[in-house]
Amino acid sequence: MNKPTDLKGLVLDPVTNDQRYIGNSEPRHGARRLLEGQGTYIDDIQLPRMGHVVFWRSPVAHMKINKIHTEQASKMPGVLAVVDGVQMAKVCKPWVATLGHLAGMKSAPQHALAVDRACWQGEPVVAVVAETRAQAEDALQLVDVEWEELPAVISMESALDPKTPLIHPELGDNLCFTRSLDVGNVDEAFASADVVAEATFGFGRHTGVTLEPRCQIADYNPGERRLTVYHSQQAPHMMQDLYCRQFGLSESDVHVICKDVGGSFGIKVHAYPDDFATVGLAMMLERPVKFVADRLESFTSDIHAREHRIKGRIAANKAGDILAFEIDDLTGIGPYSMFPRTSAIEGNQVVNLVGGPYKHQNYRAHLNVVFQNKTPTCQYRGVGHPIACAVTEGLVDLAAQKLQMDPLEFRKRNVIPDDAYPCSGISGIKLEVLSHEQCLRTIEKMMDYPALRKEQAELRKKGIYRGIGFATLIELTNPSPAFYGVGGARIASQDGASVRLDPSGVVSVLVGVGEQGQGTEGIYAQIAADAVGVSINQVRIVTGDTDVTPYGGGTWASRGAGVGGEAVLLACQALQENILKLAGAILNRPVSELRVYCSYVLDKATGEQLLPFSEIGRIGYFRTDTLPAGFSADLMVTRHYTQKDYPFIFTNGVQASYVEVDPDTGFVKLLKHWAVEDCGRVINPMLVNEQVRGAIVQGIGGALFEECLYDDSGLLRNGSMADYLVPMAYEMPDIEVAHVETPTQSSKLGAKGAGEAGTAGAPGAVQNAINDALAPFNAAVFEQPITSEKILRAIKKI
Amino acid sequence: MSLKKKISMTVNGNLVNAEVEPRRHLVDFLREDLHLKGPHLGCEQGACGACTVKVDGQIIRGCLYLAVQADGCVVETVEGLTKSGVLADLQESFMRHNAMQCGFCSSGMLLAAAELIEKQPKANREEVREWISGNYCRCTGYHSIVDAIVDVLDARAKGQKIKPVSAHA
Repeated sequence: MNKPTDLKGLVLDPVTNDQRYIGNSEPRHGARRLLEGQGTYIDDIQLPRMGHVVFWRSPVAHMKINKIHTEQASKMPGVLAVVDGVQMAKVCKPWVATLGHLAGMKSAPQHALAVDRACWQGEPVVAVVAETRAQAEDALQLVDVEWEELPAVISMESALDPKTPLIHPELGDNLCFTRSLDVGNVDEAFASADVVAEATFGFGRHTGVTLEPRCQIADYNPGERRLTVYHSQQAPHMMQDLYCRQFGLSESDVHVICKDVGGSFGIKVHAYPDDFATVGLAMMLERPVKFVADRLESFTSDIHAREHRIKGRIAANKAGDILAFEIDDLTGIGPYSMFPRTSAIEGNQVVNLVGGPYKHQNYRAHLNVVFQNKTPTCQYRGVGHPIACAVTEGLVDLAAQKLQMDPLEFRKRNVIPDDAYPCSGISGIKLEVLSHEQCLRTIEKMMDYPALRKEQAELRKKGIYRGIGFATLIELTNPSPAFYGVGGARIASQDGASVRLDPSGVVSVLVGVGEQGQGTEGIYAQIAADAVGVSINQVRIVTGDTDVTPYGGGTWASRGAGVGGEAVLLACQALQENILKLAGAILNRPVSELRVYCSYVLDKATGEQLLPFSEIGRIGYFRTDTLPAGFSADLMVTRHYTQKDYPFIFTNGVQASYVEVDPDTGFVKLLKHWAVEDCGRVINPMLVNEQVRGAIVQGIGGALFEECLYDDSGLLRNGSMADYLVPMAYEMPDIEVAHVETPTQSSKLGAKGAGEAGTAGAPGAVQNAINDALAPFNAAVFEQPITSEKILRAIKKI
Repeated sequence: MSLKKKISMTVNGNLVNAEVEPRRHLVDFLREDLHLKGPHLGCEQGACGACTVKVDGQIIRGCLYLAVQADGCVVETVEGLTKSGVLADLQESFMRHNAMQCGFCSSGMLLAAAELIEKQPKANREEVREWISGNYCRCTGYHSIVDAIVDVLDARAKGQKIKPVSAHA
């Protein structure tokens, strides 16, 4: 199932007594159901008396709302309610999305439905609820809003100019957050350098395009005074908490259920105005209300990400040592910081991560995060990493080029050595243990680098322009409370697992982290089977239900394996201990003489099967009268895990891209992509491969195709899947993946995250490969997406 | 908009009589009136392929096809094709390669792949990529889907069945 290269390096000591599943490419738990069309996504759920909501959204980037006429719409067939922002504000409080630890950060209060003003095209203004979606859409045509257009801030470049209008006058300017960092002696390093290279990097806005749009059903039961929300979401407990706070309910009054989620990528980890509006409507109407965004709504109201312009430079000496990096990052985030994670995190990550893989000692960074009248931006897969990596690796290649050094050799010389850990990165990040050198050696071999360079040189003589590009990267995973908790956001960094031996001997595992397709439930089943000591088909996993799973943070910052998986391991090992204690009591033998294997308690010395788990279950639940006085069977245990040793556990990896550029058309053909990934202990190589590959293709999307384009008045020009290009199968290369395993010591499992490094590295690798191909033309492009037009301009063909 | 038209069709082997508004597209009819969960709506613009179903033996975009157009036709969805075993080899191979993540594209992808296997049994890797380029997958990066389809093509060429993988709940 995996090529030999996929499995190289998987030589870690087992983490459990009888390890049978951890480390293997087990078929994924739950996959068959999805392949048979039996998944349950939000739109598959139909509740009695359910209404459907659609929104009248701002048609322009910035407008004043003068008057809203709803009479005609209200009279349409099937209409249950037409609600505006003033009415909605009576049930749902406004919010301000800032974090305390991002010093000086500011944002304005935001409402579930716009009050007085709408600040981006697509902001919800009026909600129409009807018995069917078609009826609601029919009635929407008759909602009449009297509005006048206000001056809009579109370009982030001019957002801070004194002449530019203020989006929120009470904030004093259009600056959301600013940060400066100056470490070492940057001026001296640049002054003494033999080589200085610089470039301005541009990144287009893009968005996640989850195939299942954002959607939810809110159901308020007035008898119980209880709110149930079926939600396509990554963080159910976070949403439970937010609904409590915005609607004045207590946690026990709110139940959030996430069944199958059709793609998330960070798009579904935020709280959107229409989420709150849908809940508010269900409470007003005392009946279920379903919201499913259509694709145009997705493009204008799902978070966007990654609009940055970064001036960067690098200093190096003749010997080939990187001496310093300096960057100036400007990023635009829309009119509000997004709730509750805030839109300043992405730029902050760029500052943290630029130059991160390298051992240089001088770094200066400046960041301005500005408001604009465009769709709000926030965390999307990789958060800041693809930007930081493309800037760092672009500068590294420029320096290597000036020094006439091979880019791979230059990297080998400059990465932080594998024996230097733990250490701090120059921006202050704490690095536990990384494997840059090993990863670089692995990729060199995997891609047969010398042969590839030879092929490139030969083809170049024939007028075929191919390029090889590398990107070394670090990725932060397994976050501690340093990410959100310390800033005042009620987003759990800990996660929990409850595990129960059922009477029949089946193991039920309830986990706070849920499944959006990554295979999270699959790896939990593997961990549970090994740690309790049962076959994997004897394990049942339950996630995505705040009423039954332990309180946790959910899916973000690649924490599912490292944090959720550790909680599962701890809970399951504790259950095995309890099973042994109970067996000891039943058999009247010391626990030290017993062990567990494949759903049986065995005699440790002889391996004789003494008790099947079904018998343990039978006695533990139904015949407790036969157990010693005061003995409690405790066949359900809960354990929580929080990573506290470091702010984050960093992973690392390296990618390489091989491309061909047609200088006549500017067309880029991706020939091959390689990735070496070190995510600590690999629980399921196949699933990690697929996380890496999927993430790489999303990164390639940003590098070559994807961009939310706006016109000068702030209107989105490409709000459909036909206009907004995402990678399709034909344009994508085969992607070879290899693993290096450097487990984290911060947990027993040793797993780090694997979900985002692919997205982090691909744009840098592809950009460098294109620029390598363009080297004979003495041209380079640093503006993503790198379109044919930009290439042709760079080589002065147009 | 309340003008309704009587239609009749066979859906996954069952005769269905219904009254629908002429504007109702086929997938809304299958999902909302017949409560099928297999065909999904990703874009309703014909771009993503998640709504792919079969009408009279040919795959179509269910969001660009009106329910009234299917009057008198044989309609098959992933549910029916699973039951009849038509997709069995592909489903096993998709399982083996983890050729799906969130699963939202899978029913459309499987139907497209099944048609490829039928119409182009000697397709190479590049041709497989080209064939499925009408179906978005946002999760996998396509590599595993291509692997899964190529395995089925290879097995068919040798007259073999794909061995079932052990299925967990």
